[in-house]
Amino acid sequence: MSLVSAENLTKIYNVGEIEIEALKSVSFNVQSASFVSFVGPSGSGKTTLLNLIGCLDKPTSGSLKVADVDTSALTRKEAAVFRGKNLGFIFQDFNLIPVLSVYENVEYPLLIVHNSPAEERKKRITSLLETVGMTDQRDKYPDQISGGQKQRVAIARALVTNPRLVLADEPTANLDSKTALMVIDIMRKMKEEFGVTFIFSTHDQRVVNEVEAVYTLQDGILVEDAVREGGTNA
Amino acid sequence: MLKLFKIGIRNLLRYKRRTLLTSSLIAVGVMFVLVFAATSGSFKYIMIGQITDSMLGHLQVHKRGYVASIDSLPLTLNLSAKQEEKVEKTIKEITEIEAFSPRIKFGGMFSNFMETTNIRVNGVYPDKDIATVPLLPSRIKQGEKTIKKGKILIPELLANGLKVKVGDTVVVIATNRDGSVNGKQFVVGGIIESVTGPGGRDGYMHIVDAMEVLRMEEMEISEVAVRLKDFGKLNAVNDKMDKLLSKELNKQGKPIFDVRTWERLSPFYNVARMIDIMTFFIKIMLIAIVLISIMNVMIMAVFERVREIGTIAALGTIPEKILSLFLIEGFSLGISGAAAGNILAIIIVFVMNVVKITFNFGRQTGMVLSPSLKVDDMIFISAIAIIASVIAALQPALKASRMEPVEALRHV
Repeated sequence: MSLVSAENLTKIYNVGEIEIEALKSVSFNVQSASFVSFVGPSGSGKTTLLNLIGCLDKPTSGSLKVADVDTSALTRKEAAVFRGKNLGFIFQDFNLIPVLSVYENVEYPLLIVHNSPAEERKKRITSLLETVGMTDQRDKYPDQISGGQKQRVAIARALVTNPRLVLADEPTANLDSKTALMVIDIMRKMKEEFGVTFIFSTHDQRVVNEVEAVYTLQDGILVEDAVREGGTNA
Repeated sequence: MLKLFKIGIRNLLRYKRRTLLTSSLIAVGVMFVLVFAATSGSFKYIMIGQITDSMLGHLQVHKRGYVASIDSLPLTLNLSAKQEEKVEKTIKEITEIEAFSPRIKFGGMFSNFMETTNIRVNGVYPDKDIATVPLLPSRIKQGEKTIKKGKILIPELLANGLKVKVGDTVVVIATNRDGSVNGKQFVVGGIIESVTGPGGRDGYMHIVDAMEVLRMEEMEISEVAVRLKDFGKLNAVNDKMDKLLSKELNKQGKPIFDVRTWERLSPFYNVARMIDIMTFFIKIMLIAIVLISIMNVMIMAVFERVREIGTIAALGTIPEKILSLFLIEGFSLGISGAAAGNILAIIIVFVMNVVKITFNFGRQTGMVLSPSLKVDDMIFISAIAIIASVIAALQPALKASRMEPVEALRHV
């Protein structure tokens, strides 16, 4: 069953009078509970594609369905609600909220977006912090922890709402090898434990080696796919 | 919502110095307005109190047309005994009235047998007038603190000019209603301090003596001064009295009586209005200070946190909550500034009351300023500061809530 289904997806940016075609008729499917990576050099359209899947941006043309919802038709508010319910995000720069502690950062989506009950929140956050190995750092603030720890918090935050899909944009780019491998390992465990689909945009070979399907983008065109298991190119 | 408050307050504390400066600016503005309102209010009420309690009363009843000619104190426009009786009857029907004092006012000549000058005199029932204008005895600087038959209280300027002392014999000469002139000898019973405003330099004698000087066979009253139990009901009582007395018409079918509050009798009312206008403009200045400072801070906050806005939007925060988050920051700045401003104002007003600042107004000297903060003012001015803070935060907050997440996340 396809969780993400894209057909002839095109994205054109207008910079002044110049049109930049970031994605050119890209089509693909991503199955549920898969571990997928989009690779390609800088400017190939990886981040643009992730932004489209994450309802952060809208395609210029083509069709994109995430969890059977045509996300290009959503209003700004509907898109926010959709993201809150179905998606998790992991950013290259971690993007933790600096004024919130580790615990509060993980709590944020449950509290502000989902309005979950306190007991339920506590149980879920405690469990996730334990899974990512951050229980003893729960009261620290982002500027008091390392990059690897920040990314582990970001993973916990992305997963705390039980999303169907987690989008990770260059999640290991700012991490050393050892930490990067540990972060990838955590994400794989999360995928196995919770059945969450992970889509990465990366050019980190360590990530590529771990995924089940690799889609290669070049100049906005999907040039190659290497399916190991779980992913199929349309 | 509480959680949003928590995040908003932490965001403010993130930039402690900037938050402190902005809050301080609001606090100083609120404090300044409150202290100004308390001080000017104190000055205003001291002056109003001086005017109403030492000569005018809270309101007065005259025959229609008298006030327009009040400078000449026309005896022809006095209230007849029957009309005065009607006024008294009406006054007694109004429970809000504490006291009233019928007065005969006239202008005449004053002589110490060596020099002569002009004088304006109020003929009063001492007990009634003191009950209506209770500060009158305190104005008597020398002599007995009352008005006895055969004695006259003369204004201090006159006493100084003619070198008249308490106990001296003097003569008051006045033109009567029929045009004849009459004089009567008096003993100076006291010297009365002048106050600012109409009637502030008048002499006083017993009403029976005034009738004698003016050769009145039947009492004719120039004015009836009225004191209320509650000054706050001034306009209500004025309207009530006016309504009751306006039923009395003259032969031409026009009302006989003219009821006026002190505001329509004393030029100080214009000074009081100027004070109110100044207070209003100072409040406008406060709003401007709050608006500019908060808007500046919030614009900076949005600009510095573009990526953070993108992140919380990506996590599923709806635009309304992002808007609320920034409005809460503005609100918190406003409320902290207003609270600090109120505390500072309370301290300053307390110190002013301890120090006892004195001031002079006209010939009145050594009046003690007793500023007091009104709860209404504190609430109103704090509300202005807080509402202005929220309004100032609105534009930056709208900007934040309308940001495209993808562009916000791309921001460096």
